[in-house]
Amino acid sequence: MSGAIGSDDDVTGPWWGTDAVSVWYGKVLALDRVTFRAVPGQVSAVVGGDGAGRTTLLRCLAGALAASDGEIRRPAASRIGYLPAGSGTYPDLTVAENLAFRAAVYGVHAAGRSAEYLERAGLSAARDRLAGQLSGGMRQKLGVIAAMLHQPALLVLDEPTTGVDPVSRVEVWWLIARAAADGAAVLLATSYLDEAERASQVLALDAGRELAAGTPEQIVAAMPGTVRVMNARPAGDEARRAWRRNARWRVWVPDGPAAALGDGWGDPVPPEASATLDGESVQPDLQDAVTVASLARELARSGGDRKCGSGGDGP
Amino acid sequence: MRQRRRPTTRGGELRGNAAGPVSGAFAECAGVTRRFGRFVAVDDVDLRLTGGEVIGLLGANGAGKTTLIRMLLGLLPVSAGEVRLFGEPPSRGTRQRIGYVPQTLGLYDDLTATENLAFSAAVFGGGAGDGRPAALGPYRDTLVGALPLGVQRRVAFAEALAHRPDLLILDEPTSGVDPLSRARLWETIGEAAAAGAGVLVTTHYMDEAGECSRLVIMAGGRVVAQGTAAEITGDHQVTVVETDAWARAFGALEAAGLPAALAGRSLRVPGAPPDDVRRALGGIEARVSQAPSTLEERFFELTSITSATEAHG
Repeated sequence: MSGAIGSDDDVTGPWWGTDAVSVWYGKVLALDRVTFRAVPGQVSAVVGGDGAGRTTLLRCLAGALAASDGEIRRPAASRIGYLPAGSGTYPDLTVAENLAFRAAVYGVHAAGRSAEYLERAGLSAARDRLAGQLSGGMRQKLGVIAAMLHQPALLVLDEPTTGVDPVSRVEVWWLIARAAADGAAVLLATSYLDEAERASQVLALDAGRELAAGTPEQIVAAMPGTVRVMNARPAGDEARRAWRRNARWRVWVPDGPAAALGDGWGDPVPPEASATLDGESVQPDLQDAVTVASLARELARSGGDRKCGSGGDGP
Repeated sequence: MRQRRRPTTRGGELRGNAAGPVSGAFAECAGVTRRFGRFVAVDDVDLRLTGGEVIGLLGANGAGKTTLIRMLLGLLPVSAGEVRLFGEPPSRGTRQRIGYVPQTLGLYDDLTATENLAFSAAVFGGGAGDGRPAALGPYRDTLVGALPLGVQRRVAFAEALAHRPDLLILDEPTSGVDPLSRARLWETIGEAAAAGAGVLVTTHYMDEAGECSRLVIMAGGRVVAQGTAAEITGDHQVTVVETDAWARAFGALEAAGLPAALAGRSLRVPGAPPDDVRRALGGIEARVSQAPSTLEERFFELTSITSATEAHG
C-alpha cells in the first residue's frame, strides 16, 4: 500500500506530505497513521522527544524510507533537499568542496548562491576548512546550505539546530527563511518549542503518534482545560499534572467530558473541584499546550489506579 | 547590570561578603584569564555563585564557557586571576563537593544505569547511595548505550547528585530532549538549589533563562552582560513587519541590508528603526510596528557587537 505519488498531476500540487502513514521496524510501530502537510513558501515543524518518530517521518518525506502503509506525497528526488540528523556533509571535503560536490550532483550552477549563503551563515572564512574540523554549529549550517543549494521544492531538515548555539541558530533560521521565501516547502524537526512557534504548521509526535497538530494558535486553542501557575509544587494527585517552568509550577486542570477532547489527548483525569485550586490561571502558549498533551498521554498510559485507557493506543 | 564589574576584592577577602542566602560564595572567579598560545579563550572573567543560586551561563560556541567550567573544576589551570571554590583553590577536596554533568554526559555506555551509579559512588567514596533508582525505574538494568537520550540524561543527573554536592555544574543538560523531560530535569535542578546547592548551568535554550536566578552572557571570552533576562533585554526593541507578502518583504529587506528573521508569517528586524524598514519595503503593503526584543535577539546583538569589535580592533 505504500508509495510516493509521482504522477505529473500530483507533483504540481500545492502541498507535500503524508496521509495516514505508518512505518513498522520489524515489530516496532515507529509511526502510527500520521498525516501531515508541508506547504510551499511556508515553514512547518515536527516536534517531539527522542523516539517520537520525527526522524522516521522526515525520512519518509525525503524518500529515504518507504512507508509500511498510507500515502506519501513528495516531489521527484532531484527536487528534494534533505539534511539528515547528524550533519549530511562529507568530513574529508572542505566547506567549498562539499558545496561544489552538491551542486555537481544536482547539475546546478550555484557558485553565487554558495558564496551568499556562506557569507550569511558566517562561514566565508571557513571555506577551505575540512567539514570534519568544523564546530557542531558550523557543520550544521553547512549541512543546511548543502541541502538547499539546488533550490529544492521540498526542504527536509532533521534537527538543524539541536546543540547549535544561539548565534548559529539565528543564522540557520535566516537560511530557512530564505529557502521558504524562494518557494520551498520547508519541514524541520526540532526539540525547541520556541522554534516551532515560528512555524506556520506544527505537528507534535509522541511514540509515533500525533499528539497535537495545526498552527501554533490552533494547538493552544485546542488544549483542553486550563493551566494554573503556583509558587510551590502542588501535592497529591495534582502533582501528577504539574511541571516546572520558569522556576515556578504549572498545573494542568482538565475540564469537560472526555468525548469533547478528541483523539490524541488521551483520557482526561476527571475534573476535580477546580474552584478550590490554588494559583492563578494563565494563558497557555505552545510549550504549555504540548506539555499538557504529553502529560495527558502519560497519565492515560500509566493508567493503574485510575480508569484511563486512551482506546486508540495501537497494537 | 550590563557593564562588567572590576574585581573589588582579591584572595581571602572574596569570602562572605554577599547578601545571598549563604554567607560565602561556593564558586568565585576573579579576573580569571586562560590563554592557549596567543589565543585568549577566557578574558578577565569575574563570577560569583552562592548556595541556592542558579546561574545560567550563555554564549555562542567558542565564547569560553567550557574553558571557564574546566578551570572551575580544577581540570585546567588559570593563566591569570584566581578561582576559589568554597573559599579555597580547586583541589581533590573541593572536587568531592561538586557534581558535574558534561555535555557528553560522561557515562559508560557498556555498563548498566545501576552499574554506572555504583561506579561513581565508589569513586566519590560514598556508599551505593539511593541513586534515585525510582526515577530510573525499568531502565536500571539496561546498558546505558541502549537507553533513550532523555533517560541517559537522568542517569547522568542521578550520578552527579548521588554524593549530595554543594555545587552543581551542568554543561547543556537539556539539549535534545522533549519539553516534558526538560521540565523534569529542571525539577531536579530546582530541588538541588532549594536544598542549598549552587548551580552553574550552560544552555543554548533561551526559554530556560526563566529557570535561572541570574544569567551571565559570554562572548569572545568575556562577560558581556549579566543580570536577569528582563534586565538584559531592558527596553531594547525590534521592528516587526506583518504582511501577506512576507517572502517579497524578506527579499526587499535583504536587498536593503536589513536582515530579517521569520516568525510565523511576520518578520522581525533587529537594529533597524521602523522608518528605515518602511523605506526598505518600498511599495509592499505591510504593517510595521515595534516590539520588545526577545532574549535571543538581545543576545545576538550583544555577541555580534563583540565579534565585530574583535574583527576590526
